[in-house]
This record gives sequence, structure tokens and C-alpha cells, in this order.
Amino acid sequence: MRLGPQPGEEIDRERSFTFRWNGADVQAYEGDTIVSALAASGRRVFSRSYKYHRPRGLLTASYHDPGCFFQVGDEPNVRGAHRLAEPGLDVRSQNTWPSLEFDVKAVNQLVGRFLGPGFYYKTFIKPQRLWPLYEQVLQRFVHAGHVSADTPRVAVDKRHAHPDVLVAGGGPAGLAAAVAAAQAGARVMLIEEEHRLGGHLRWGDATDLAALAELRDLVAATPGIEVHVNAVVSGRYDGNWTAVVLRDLPSGLPGGTRVEQLIKARAKVLVVAPGLIERPYVFAGNDVPGVMLSTAVRRLIRLHAVKPGERAVVLAANADGDAAVADLRQAGVEVARVLDARAGQDILRVRGRKGVQAVQAADGTTTECDLLVTATGWTAPASLLSMAGDRPAYDPRAARFFPSSLPEDVLATGGLAGDGSLDQLIAHAQATGREAARRAARLRREWQAAVPTRGHANGALLAGHRLAGHGLADHKLADDPLLADDGPVAIPELPVDEHPELFRARTHGIVDYCEDVSSKDLIAAVREGYDSIELAKRYTTATMGPTQGKIELVNAIATVAEATGRTIAETGTTTWRPPYAPVTLGALAGRPLEPVRYSPMQPWHEAHHASPLIAGAWIRPDHYGDPAAEVRNVRSKVGIIDVTPIGKLDLRGPDVPRLLNLVYVNKWSKLDIGRVRYGVMCTEDGVVFDDGVTGRLGPEHYLMSTTSSGASAVWEWLENVLQTMHPDWQVHITPVTTAYASINVAGPAARDLIGRVTRGVDLANEAFGYMEVRTGQVAGVDESVLWRIGFTGELSYELHVPAAYGLHVWETLMDRGRDLGVAPFGVEAQRILRLEKGHLIVGQDTDGLTRGFSAGLDWAIKLDKADFLGKPELAWQHDVENGSGSRLVGLQPEDGSLVPPEASQIVDGPRIVGRVTSSRMSPTLGRSICLAQVEAALAAPGTRVTVRLPGGRLVGARVTEHLAHVDPEGSRLRV
Amino acid sequence: MILIRCPWCGPRDAGEFHYSGEARPRPDPASASPLQWREYLYFPANPRGEVTETWYHRMGCRQFFALERDTDTNESRLPGGPR
Repeated sequence: MRLGPQPGEEIDRERSFTFRWNGADVQAYEGDTIVSALAASGRRVFSRSYKYHRPRGLLTASYHDPGCFFQVGDEPNVRGAHRLAEPGLDVRSQNTWPSLEFDVKAVNQLVGRFLGPGFYYKTFIKPQRLWPLYEQVLQRFVHAGHVSADTPRVAVDKRHAHPDVLVAGGGPAGLAAAVAAAQAGARVMLIEEEHRLGGHLRWGDATDLAALAELRDLVAATPGIEVHVNAVVSGRYDGNWTAVVLRDLPSGLPGGTRVEQLIKARAKVLVVAPGLIERPYVFAGNDVPGVMLSTAVRRLIRLHAVKPGERAVVLAANADGDAAVADLRQAGVEVARVLDARAGQDILRVRGRKGVQAVQAADGTTTECDLLVTATGWTAPASLLSMAGDRPAYDPRAARFFPSSLPEDVLATGGLAGDGSLDQLIAHAQATGREAARRAARLRREWQAAVPTRGHANGALLAGHRLAGHGLADHKLADDPLLADDGPVAIPELPVDEHPELFRARTHGIVDYCEDVSSKDLIAAVREGYDSIELAKRYTTATMGPTQGKIELVNAIATVAEATGRTIAETGTTTWRPPYAPVTLGALAGRPLEPVRYSPMQPWHEAHHASPLIAGAWIRPDHYGDPAAEVRNVRSKVGIIDVTPIGKLDLRGPDVPRLLNLVYVNKWSKLDIGRVRYGVMCTEDGVVFDDGVTGRLGPEHYLMSTTSSGASAVWEWLENVLQTMHPDWQVHITPVTTAYASINVAGPAARDLIGRVTRGVDLANEAFGYMEVRTGQVAGVDESVLWRIGFTGELSYELHVPAAYGLHVWETLMDRGRDLGVAPFGVEAQRILRLEKGHLIVGQDTDGLTRGFSAGLDWAIKLDKADFLGKPELAWQHDVENGSGSRLVGLQPEDGSLVPPEASQIVDGPRIVGRVTSSRMSPTLGRSICLAQVEAALAAPGTRVTVRLPGGRLVGARVTEHLAHVDPEGSRLRV
Repeated sequence: MILIRCPWCGPRDAGEFHYSGEARPRPDPASASPLQWREYLYFPANPRGEVTETWYHRMGCRQFFALERDTDTNESRLPGGPR
């Protein structure tokens, strides 16, 4: 039933509309929540509880109301007592079948004694083969809405913010603290969970409403405060890195789907002002629709002009209970009985199943009514403080927890800090806000002083610089009103009111409404041995539901304390972890932004139908339609491949040879100008880390190449060596991976093709031999680097040209080599070519445990060098383990038409003795070829091994004489 | 994420850095026994409390530097510097 206009009501009676509730039309005003509109229509039963399917109504009329989770359109688990009603919404109850009124699953109540705590640990276990059936049945009983897989995805960008002071909570304390901090010069972000600022003032008396208006005006008029309502500070991490979630943002999708946005806020100081959350009372029937908390009835009456019932009984233990009595009377509700807990009165039980019908008091009397209001105490929402490392302390005099030791950058104000009059709370909050601003200013100055390249607070120095990312453009350094030199602001102490400790009546009732855990369940858990709050929580799942302890934790602690004979302080609390309130996965995911790298020749590859290969962040051409044909073309004519992703590092300085000697396993002291050498790097555990070729371009100028996936790792590795091990060495490294476009020209006709496009380099074999490097002009581009290396096993020149000319050079080669039969080849063809030559790929033919002598690199490892990274382990592998361990070998499947899949195991009876690491059909030889890791005992050429194909079939293969299957002498390279 | 104090760039979010391990003396590779070497490779002290570590400012100045960090509170400082 709707009441007449209330002072401070938040509904707009001019704007009326309807929405649908389980198929029926419900009238609402703008400003109604879904539940307030339902309550105004006289409805009381909104859901069924999780386990027992008991009818549930509204309890708290706030975000956390456990009986008010609804399906709204395709959005499940909407908080119906928080979500605003809108025209045309399709709202449905969850977890009920066939209907809310008649729920077949309520049969659970009849077998309740078999559904004791932890019943899922004890039932539905055997026989195991029935698990799929159990799952199907249990799924129907699970408390949740449904998600449609067809819901379109909306990507919401995350935001980064750097407020000086973040105020969590927009009640009177939060508002006062935010204003005081902003007036002291701080940039403030104010976050409030409800739809409007004001906290409990919103449903207060005339004085409260006047103070509310004043505070709201002050916030609006004070510059420097960013306000977000319907938002929550979801987590606080090290260094006040906080997650702020903005809720219910429009998505633009039909049907009114809402999305959330995540703000990652690095706050210098966090002010926690969440107020207090009213706690329910535990007694028989405490979950029957019609049992409400005092804040619930005051919200309904004051904010939404809804009459919560006709005839009420009130259990009051504090002034808010008294205020509820006054509000009820003013709303025309007959208050049949007031039980004053301060005078020792108590209730025993509520009678009624689908709704309150009568209340039996502890003195034995029974009062008929349809509404029971309890005001038995307050819980401090200390989650954010706990996330900051605080262990709140329980005060039995006040019957709640208080902060005990906060770090420098976190302050608490409002109900969390104490009680007192509104003026006292505001004074405390103002001082807190000023102190927060002072600490933020101090921190800001300390951070700026920590940057040695920037001068101290000096307008002249900053005037000419745009310092990105620090927001200093707005910052007034010269006239900082609150200097860090000031002493701490004196924050007045707040009084703490006495409050009776009321947790459970003499009967048993529901403790956790979401999880359907009763006080009896908790006591049974303790009796079964789960006698600490952490264990009892996990065993019964109390506080593990959607409300996450906000309304039930203290009652759970009190019950466990009672059962173990300890005090609440001794029992302690569970650990609060982020998120404080539920966050959608969409907010956490944001918009995926993954950079993709293309070489300058990409437009040509696309135009010629290259099949794309994703190689890390790079997109490379895998092949152009027929990789086998590409291989044959390289072996018979000439092919070109885009190898731009290869890592390239430009090394300069007199100490480069010492660096190369340290990081490579082979010798590098004597490398003449114009020569190139292959090198392998190992890490300090002897494991093969990377390989590549390095050429000497000048007296103190080298160019190193690495694998494409190792490009940044090798750069970091070299910098590590230079900066931490040998800061005395003079070497400068410039990464040039993307500064050069790289093209490998390979095949018998390679010299002819290169000759047509190159100036300034004598290409005769005697003048420019294998493993040598020259610079010259290629396709008109000066300073191009050419080196002769042999990954594919053919005569080949690898070109490195300034990247802007990459496409031009590529197109020139394709054009000038037409009559030579030039054709592009891709990564797949290159893999086949190198496999034919037995060249290993680090990470493919080796893994994270493959040390040097297991990679066919015996010839490269020079143990007579003084020191190099990996030497001790390689020496032990060679000397101590000689004969054991694994070896890299070439493998020839006996059936040449069979290509064993890579990673196929090599077996000896039941033992695994190796695996196939690389495997392809060779177009050159017309049969399959492999590289494999096998135990040393089986590595001798000619040994027959057994390969186990996926599926179990066993086939034979022989270890080859050399790793290379084609041209093992390497004669084709040296022409 | 935790704040790491880069000596050149000031306090920055840890995501900009690459952790490069606990700072420990490297045994002489010529004379260390396998046991000593492998203790160096695989068994950092990993204390609860203060530890000196090496960090690399990957997405910043690209310098390696030593940092003293309290593994309990994640507060950190440059060796000899203020917290």
C-alpha cells in the first residue's frame, strides 16, 4: 500500500509506469526499486531459499537483501532491493518451480534433517557412475538465475585514476571528509554504493534531511571532488591500489541489459566511511516474510512511501528501533507491542509460514501481527580495513568490531570509528578528511623527490615540460595550501555507545539467509569437530554466499563462540578478501587490447593469399598455398622468405667480444671484420636458451641475431649481464629487430638474383664466402646488410634493410627474379627445409630441461674457455654424466610414408625413452624425416627405436648417421 | 599492484617491471661444487621479512637495480634509502 507524500521521499509521483513480475503487471514510480514497487503492491513473498526452498520476503530493503535476487531479462542475480524499476522490465523470481507460490522443491523442507550441514560431502558420493545424474538433479535445485549464451558481449574500457584521497562511502561522514579533503587541496574521488548520497540521513528526521541537503550542496559546490553513485570500492591492494566498480551502466543493448566498468584507482590515501550495516536477530521463524530490520521499514516508509504492514511488533535494542516505532506509527501502522531488549525483553518465535501471523515473546505472550521489526545491533563493514592489514578488535560493550591498527595511508571515519551526535560525527570526518589530504600531500612530495632527474617544486623547471602520466598540468605546486610540513591534524575521539549483545534468542533460527545455514547447523558443525570459525565457515558454507558475511558473520561468530565456550573476541573473524561486493566478469575483462605485429611486407603477403601464422605477437606467412612446392623451388631455383621477426641486436663498444664469449658457449675472441659465426646461449643451469648468428661489421660494431621468440628475452639477458655482472664493460646495445626488415634469399640461383639488385659488394664466392657479412646497396637502399648463412641448407643471403624500404626491396626481388623462377616461401616451408638439414629449433627440439650436450651441440661447447654462462653445468653433464641423459638425433621412420606426429613418444617396453620433436614429409627425399630426443644408450647411428603413435600403434624408426637428412656435408652452402 | 621504487623513475606500478630474483652472491664457477652451484640456482633464502632483490624496469628506463623489500608488507626501498 502506498502512503501519502513523505518528506525526503525519492519517488517521483508524476512518473508512473509498469513492469512485469513473473508475468503480471506491477505499477511503479520513478525512484522505486523493484522490491519497493512489489511491496507497494502488497506482495510479500519474493523468492525461495537455497536449500530448503522456504518462502522469503524482504529483510533489509538494501543491496544485500538476501531474499531479493531476481532474474531481470537475461541478467541473473539482480539485487532487487537495489536495482531501480524501469518501464517494461521483465522480472522473474529465481530457483522456483513451477512457481513462486507453489514450489515443488519445497519438499526439501520435509527431508531437512537429512540435509544437515555438509550434506554434500556425505551424500551423492556412491555409486560414482551416477554422478552425471546427481549433477543434473542437483543443478535444478541450485539457487541462481540463468545466463543466455546468446547475450551479446559489450566491452567496457577500464579506467585508471590517481586521486589524492579516495573516500569509500557517501554518508554524512564520507561527504564531510570528502569536502574537507578537497578544501585542503586534495583531488578527491567519492564512491557511494546507493543511488544517492546521504547514507542513513536519507530516511532520517527533519534535522537529518536538513543536514543532508546542506552536505549535498557542499559537495556539489566544492571543486575537486569526482563523485560516483551506484559504485563500490571492491578491493584494496598493496599501496592503496583499489578496484572501483561502477554499476548498472547502460549497454546500448535492447532489453535494458546493464554493464559495469572497472576503475583502477591508485589512491595516495584511502578514507573508509561505509557506515554500519544492521544485523538480523536469530530466532525461530526469523526468515518468514514479514520479518524486517528497522532500516528496512524506515526505507520503505521514508524513501518509497510504502506501508510495510498493518499491525506490527517491534523488538528494539537501540535508538534506531525507537525511531522505527515512531515512523511506523506515523505511517498508520498499528504498533501492537514494543519489546525493549534494553529492559530484558525478548522474542521467542514467529508463527506463520508464508507470512508473519503472530509473534510469541519470551514472556510467553503471543501477539497477532503481520509485521515483526527487529533493531538488535550493527555490524561494522571492516572488509577494506582488513584488506589493508588491520585485524579489527571486538568491543563487547558496544557489541561490534572496531579498527585496531591501520597503515599510514588508510583512515576510518563515521560509524566505523565510533558513535556520537551528527555534529560529532561530522567534526570527526572533517578532521579525518583534512588529515587525509595532508598525508596525501606529503606522499606526493616524497614521490616527486624520488625522481632524481626532475627538480624540486619549481614552477620554472616544469613550465617547459609536459610530464605525461602525472597529471601535473592541473597541479598547483607553488601554492599548495596544505604543505606536508604541517603537523598531523588532531582528530577528535568519538564516543562509543553501549549496546546490548544480542545475537540469538532462546530458539534456533537462520544465520546465513543465502546459504540456508541455521544456528543449529553451526552448532552441529562444531560438535563434529569444525570448532574454529574458519573451519565452521567452510563446512557449513556460512558467509560464503552472495552477502559474503555482511549481515551474517557476527551472528555466525557468536554462535560458534557459544558452542565452543569461547568469547567472540577469542573466536575472531574469518579473513575478508576482495571483492567486497560482486563484480561482473565483463568489468574485470574490460576490452582486450593485444598488439599485433606485422612486417612491412604484410600487404604483399595478404595480396598473395598467404595463410597467416600467429607467432607470438607477430603475424607471419605460413605458406602461400603449397609448402611442398615452395620447398622444391628453394632447392632447385630460388625462394625468398620474410624473416623480419628474427631478433636483431646492434652491439657496439670495445668489450663486445668479451660479452659474446661470456654468453655464447663457443669462442668469440677472434672474429674478423666481415665474418659471421653461429652461437648458442645457455642459462646458468646449462639449459639451451637461444641461438643465432652474430657478424662483425666493424672494429667495434657487431650485429647479433636471435630466435624471433627470444628477441626481447635475449636483450634483457645481455643487459642483465652488462648491468649487474660487468658494469665495467663498455658495450652499448640497440635493439633493431623492427628497425630492419629481413629477407632470406635461398636457392641455387640466389647469387644470380642478389647480383641483379646489389651494388658495392663483390658477390664471387672467393670474395664473399659462407658465414661472412657485407654491407652495400640493395635495390637502391644504402647501408643494407647481407650475410651468408645456411639455415635452409642452400646457398643463401640474408638481407637486413631499413624497415621503411622492406616492401620495396621485396617487390624488387620478386620482379627482377621472375625468369630465375623466384617464388616466396613461408614459415612452414622453412621448417621443412631446416629439418632436412637437421638444424635444431630452440624450444622445439629442446625444452626447459635440455642442456647443451643433449641438443647435438657438442661441437660448439668449448669447455676450455675460462668462463661462460652455463659452463659448470655443461662440464658436469659432459664429465660426470657422460653416457647418460638424453641426445638429439635424426630419425628415419621405417615406413617413409608415415609422418609420426610431433611429441609422439619413443618407448622401450613400458618405459618412455624419448620423443619425436620435429617431424615432416620431405619433398626433397619423398619420405618422412624426424628429429628426436632419445636416451643416450639408444643414440648410436643405426639403432632401431620404437615410436608410439597417438592411439597406441607402435612403429619402427632408425637413428640416422647425421642430424641432416639432406646434404650432410653442407656442400650446397659453400658454392 | 605493489609500488616499486625505480631509482630513476620514482615509484611505479609493479606491472612495469620484471622481477629478476633474489640478490645472492654468485659462487665462483671454477671452484664451486655441484651442490653449491645448485643451491645457488634453485634455493633462494626466501625469507619472511626484508630481502634484497633485483628488479628490471622493462617498460620504463630499462635499468636493473637492487631493491630491499619486506615480503610481509610489500613495502620497499632502495638500499639505504627511505621507505
